[in-house]
Amino acid sequence: MSLDYENDGALHAKLIEEVLSQYPDKAAKRRKKHLSVAKSEDEAGEEGEVLSECDVKSNIKSIPGVMTIRGCAYAGSKGVVWGPVKDMVHISHGPVGCGQYSWSQRRNYYVGTTGIDTFGTMQFTSDFQEKDIVFGGDKKLEQIIDEIEGLFPLNNGITVQSECPIGLIGDDTEAVSRNKAKEHGKTIVPVRCEGFRGVSQSLGHHIANDSIRDWVFEKKDVEFEAGPYDVNVIGDYNIGGDAWASRILLEEIGLRVVGNWSGDATLAEIERAPKAKLNLIHCYRSMNYICRHMEEKYGIAWMEYNFFGPSQIEDSLRKIAKHFGPEIEEKTEKVITKYRPLVDAVIAKYRPRLEGNTVMLYVGGLRPRHVITAYEDLGMVIVGTGYEFAHNDDYQRTGHYVRNGTLIYDDVTGYELEKFIEGVRPNLVGSGIKEKYPVQKMGIPFRQMHSWDYSGPYHGYDGFAIFARDVDLAINNPVWGLYDAPWKESPRRGRAMAAE
Amino acid sequence: MPQSAEKILDHAPLFREPEYRQMLAEKKLNFECPHPDQIVTDQREFTKTWEYREMNLAREALVVNPAKACQPLGAVFAAAGFERTMSFVHGSQGCVAYYRSHLSRHFKEPASAVSSSMTEDAAVFGGLKNMVDGLANTYQLYDPKMIAVSTTCMAEVIGDDLHSFIENAKDENSVPRDFDVPFAHTPAFVGSHVDGYDGMVKGILEHFWKGQERTEAAGTVNIIPGFDGFCVGNNRELKRLLDLMGVSYTFIQDASDQFDTPSDGEYRMYDGGTKIEDVKKALNAEATLSLQHYNTRKTLEYCEQVGQATASFHYPLGVQATDEFLMELSAISGKEIPETIRLERGRLIDAMADSQSWLHGKKYAIYGDPDFVHAMARFVMETGGEPTHCLATNGTSAWEAEMKELLASSPFGKDAQVWPGKDLWAMRSLLFTEPVDLLIGNSYGKYLERDTGTPLIRLMFPIFDRHHHHRFALMGYQGGLRVLTTILDKIFDKLDRETSETGVTDYSYDLTR
Repeated sequence: MSLDYENDGALHAKLIEEVLSQYPDKAAKRRKKHLSVAKSEDEAGEEGEVLSECDVKSNIKSIPGVMTIRGCAYAGSKGVVWGPVKDMVHISHGPVGCGQYSWSQRRNYYVGTTGIDTFGTMQFTSDFQEKDIVFGGDKKLEQIIDEIEGLFPLNNGITVQSECPIGLIGDDTEAVSRNKAKEHGKTIVPVRCEGFRGVSQSLGHHIANDSIRDWVFEKKDVEFEAGPYDVNVIGDYNIGGDAWASRILLEEIGLRVVGNWSGDATLAEIERAPKAKLNLIHCYRSMNYICRHMEEKYGIAWMEYNFFGPSQIEDSLRKIAKHFGPEIEEKTEKVITKYRPLVDAVIAKYRPRLEGNTVMLYVGGLRPRHVITAYEDLGMVIVGTGYEFAHNDDYQRTGHYVRNGTLIYDDVTGYELEKFIEGVRPNLVGSGIKEKYPVQKMGIPFRQMHSWDYSGPYHGYDGFAIFARDVDLAINNPVWGLYDAPWKESPRRGRAMAAE
Repeated sequence: MPQSAEKILDHAPLFREPEYRQMLAEKKLNFECPHPDQIVTDQREFTKTWEYREMNLAREALVVNPAKACQPLGAVFAAAGFERTMSFVHGSQGCVAYYRSHLSRHFKEPASAVSSSMTEDAAVFGGLKNMVDGLANTYQLYDPKMIAVSTTCMAEVIGDDLHSFIENAKDENSVPRDFDVPFAHTPAFVGSHVDGYDGMVKGILEHFWKGQERTEAAGTVNIIPGFDGFCVGNNRELKRLLDLMGVSYTFIQDASDQFDTPSDGEYRMYDGGTKIEDVKKALNAEATLSLQHYNTRKTLEYCEQVGQATASFHYPLGVQATDEFLMELSAISGKEIPETIRLERGRLIDAMADSQSWLHGKKYAIYGDPDFVHAMARFVMETGGEPTHCLATNGTSAWEAEMKELLASSPFGKDAQVWPGKDLWAMRSLLFTEPVDLLIGNSYGKYLERDTGTPLIRLMFPIFDRHHHHRFALMGYQGGLRVLTTILDKIFDKLDRETSETGVTDYSYDLTR
């Protein structure tokens, strides 16, 4: 089902040159390393055909004053890795803002009695005041933990998500956590994810992974009978129910998902993870660390997979099945056959409406490559993509997905993204809430690719149908044709520059 | 298989299909290690009791579901109300991503701001270099007329001095010497977003007014709206009223166009806002009026220092609050309140009289920013309602005293209680133990609505889960009509829902109400 196309590399190179010319010299020199055009790569990689090479620098400090779209380590830990663990209370430790702005915003779906045995869509904060900065917040943290135990006794653990001031004033959240864990007989995890650490959300993921290793694993006797087909799903945050639409497939091919990290997860699912046979990792960027650790320490193999769009789903299911042998492989083929009519019907319905439409993406650390084939399954063309917080290994993997001539932008700035979109005039942009409204003002359809624009799931076969519907409703809505007042001569829109 | 190409189910219906229900039930049973159902039920019931309420209200350290944000959000909102002004927040960069998202989710509009992107090395050595480079980049890339600098708590903890940093940056030609870079220190661990608003507006006024000669222009007024998620509707409505009166006025801080740009193919990073020339001239105004007292305490103090008369209001909404605001304007400007406005007032009163039987005696819980809660409580009492619980997480003891005074002024406030500094988890206990008919707040209240069954009316920032409400005014008599209708719709919808069971309540499901 894969498409064969090349992008207009010359136009993209020109756009890069144009945006760089607008920066002060020092900034231009730094930004240059983050922008490129994907080049053809002849040699085939180990895991299949490499389509191109994306040669940009990444995981480097953002430049001040340019409007980076990135967040911080706290966002990576509380917002991404720990926040979705539903039966624990996550304290945003420090001033009120961080917890307030991230409250209920990532759509990590779960089932539970919120406020009683589940705490996902709540905001627990130590609401630091000046006196806490001056005298330290450890005493306050102790009291907070006690108050949580009194008011929310069914919590199965607590995490302390440090905000910027904690690391600066020298609080010892580790000591508080250790003492209080002993006193209450609960898991209490201090996470040093102060926002100034690292250059983006990414270090927060890493720190959060490490805190699981150091404060959760091997801390309790885990009574659990492991089976031969036990897997953990790692790095699925259940945005709009993604993990559920994935789980249903994995169960259908005969596997037992003993833990899902961390969407809809309980602490128990994390504690017993080392007993599984295989770690299936979806968001490589945010959770590869713990997979590597489990491999080294417990000998659990890990495997990347991709459940966006039927081409990738089929590939991934077969790859996973191969790991477990003929019995699972046979079931897998049946599952693929079972869903084929749905896939065919969805593509028959939407591909004619979307064929040839161009897409620009800018998302976090996985989706800028992972979703590409799903668009291509619908006949769409990816003309540009980039990551907020990818590392070099992500860009290497991106080469397996993007075509020659694709515009690549790392840690893009507001200015660059606007100019690139203006210059390319794609038919759809997929990015985040901060990018949504500027793009729509320009008359270009947009879908949020962090939150699925309040839709989803997009994973799995059930998700692909929703994805196709959403892309279609974004692009083919009549509102885009109403932008020009009929009594005004209309400036020509569409892919003006690309056509030149 | 629940999914089909003909009828595509997204999350809301999809996960209620039997396949998924069963899958989730088995997941819970086999892998989640949940507490037994009975224990969960018991705890849930316990949280509804007076005993739990007492424990909950006795909390000293833990804050759960607060109804406030931090200072820099207010500063960024404030800066958005000035002509071609870019917010530059000095400190960690994640904060700025949060402010932008937060504002965009409410207004459904672009929200621009930049960060100086300080990291660990800056934590050790200070963020001067970030300021110097950052201002240069912002100036060149985004072509602002003014850059308004505020701070995250990181920069505040390490003690970066904005004034000297900005001077340094100018010395290094980051921006031209005469380019306007007002600033405000906005520590997140002091006050809330309303104080950040105050600080930034004051910073901007000081920047332009300091050392300038004031020549009083009699009869002219400055209006400072305060942090207002409804600024789009409110500011335009107030300007209409002021124009009808013929008052000579300047809005100081007006984000109504910035957060309501048209879709016509052009993305406007900047739109509207108080012109810099007008800010300068505003020094000469006879008086400065604040629409939200608790948003402008320091700013008004400064206005007094430069010699202006000042007055402040609590979000002029409803009848008497609007009356007072207009009469004060009239007194300062010497302009009479025209007959058209009196007729408008009469139409609001007419609507209230028409609906009074549905509103009289209704009990409300109201939460939000201090001025808004004051305004709502007052309006509710004007309709014969009782503001049973009035809660402001960022309410001070001065606010508490003022609220008590207001409540004492009406028989409908007799049983009302004021809850300064409390959060929405406390509100949950209040709603269970002393229930009300309606809850007035923002989107966060939906969890209270779900838990306690109290219908929620969204009238305050942030509103994430309903669209476009902020485009309509709440202030003034016209705004009063909007608020009145919103409350009534909620009451009627609820009554219809409760009486819509065929064969059980064919009575009461009336066509005319």
